[in-house]
Amino acid sequence: MAILSVGTGPAETAVPPGLRVGVLALQGDFREHAQVLRELGANVDLVRRPEELDQIDGLVIPGGESSVMDKLARTFGLAEPLRAAIRGGLPVYGTCAGLIMLADTILDGMNGQQSLGGLDIAVRRNAFGPQTASFETDLDIPALGVKPVHAVFIRAPVVETVGPRATALATLDDGRCVAVQQGNLLGTSFHPEITGEYRFHQYFLQKLVAAAR
Amino acid sequence: MTESTSAEQFGSSRVKRGLAEMLKGGVIMDVVTAAQARIAEDAGAVAVMALERVPADIRSQGGVARMSDPDLIDSIIAEVNIPVMAKARIGHFVEAQILEVLGVDYIDESEVLSPADYLNHIDKWNFTIPFVCGATNLGEALRRITEGAAMIRSKGEAGTGDVSEATKHIRTINGEIKRLTSMSRDELYVAAKELQAPYELVAEIASTGKLPVVLFTAGGVATPADAAMMMQLGADGVFVGSGIFKAGNPEQRAAAIVKAVTFYDDAKVIADVSRGLGEAMVGINVSDIPAPHRLASRGW
Repeated sequence: MAILSVGTGPAETAVPPGLRVGVLALQGDFREHAQVLRELGANVDLVRRPEELDQIDGLVIPGGESSVMDKLARTFGLAEPLRAAIRGGLPVYGTCAGLIMLADTILDGMNGQQSLGGLDIAVRRNAFGPQTASFETDLDIPALGVKPVHAVFIRAPVVETVGPRATALATLDDGRCVAVQQGNLLGTSFHPEITGEYRFHQYFLQKLVAAAR
Repeated sequence: MTESTSAEQFGSSRVKRGLAEMLKGGVIMDVVTAAQARIAEDAGAVAVMALERVPADIRSQGGVARMSDPDLIDSIIAEVNIPVMAKARIGHFVEAQILEVLGVDYIDESEVLSPADYLNHIDKWNFTIPFVCGATNLGEALRRITEGAAMIRSKGEAGTGDVSEATKHIRTINGEIKRLTSMSRDELYVAAKELQAPYELVAEIASTGKLPVVLFTAGGVATPADAAMMMQLGADGVFVGSGIFKAGNPEQRAAAIVKAVTFYDDAKVIADVSRGLGEAMVGINVSDIPAPHRLASRGW
């Protein structure tokens, strides 16, 4: 019954001290992201209000229900400041729902569902089917080293089209793209935050947040 | 559905518990028609619970309450994009098998329906689909987790609109967890015996200070303030049953409860969303319900 831990733990290379990273805390598994980021040495702010965006060097958009995040972000006046921050170069990492929020185009979204955009991709929401089709598997992601990434896909989206400005970082065996980067934006269909896999967050902090500061 | 990689693993604990992790900070709403499911999704529900009658009606109409008609469940799955949950009777593993093939995302083995087995709960490890189960205390929660539940909801007293039992159950569960964290190992052996739960699980909770699965609360939540109180008491999220569609203006009330759960610690936001919601469900005081008619005592 115990969940097998396959994590890599906090890695050897240090994250520069003093980084301030926000985690969008409207809904979803934001505490798990906050925990990973803190263990890697970042200062973490939970973000629910526009003014909470002011002080941060980077932002994580967690897993959860993208349509709910979209509604709350718009209702509480966060959507436009977030779009402006992304346009202004704020490093952002999104997992699952967070990836959907960062996509320029959402396929199979709700009536009127909006994303923040930024990634030149089209993402299909819930691309695998009902929960019984959710799965975990190992992915080879050269950008993160030779050790495969253990990835958990939960009613997950896939990146159906990778536009010319975005780069695929990982694909399933059938070729479907499940991780992308474009400049300061990073997105994964899966959830490193719940598997003890620290390398994505570390990559985000070192290569994107620290570099942009 | 893809089965391209040999290494892909379906229905693991991590995958089952993981979906509940993604629902945290959200509101799961009872719906009895596709039209209600549409309202719930538009209002910002994180999932819907498909059932034939809301608990308030089960309570007032009486009779045996069972799993919903598959046609109803199909129509709700077709209507919404958010996860769909559905209830099976306690111990009714065939209702659970049916819900699994219907493509529901989560099964609630629920005391709100009439139990099908007064001795055994469903062996939930037999399924690829995850289960949520109710609990009134920590021992009950741990027995359900031992049987394979991937999510727990404190029971409250469904269909009443009276939040007092929900308060009692979430306080009880979290209080018992807190007590475990202060115990030495010799005391934990006794605690496991008293909780009627496996020692390993009890020891794990004593060291982590939390359940290994997500804990929502349910049963009597009727207002944004009720929902926010559950969150302040340590719930990961909230189920709202009769509280929405037994009230006037369900659209507005549903959206208000969603906002109150996100800003559960901001009284100004909760005050704002509580304005002008119209009539809340009339409800019934739990103290007026004779003990044998309380749903929370079903399951053990």
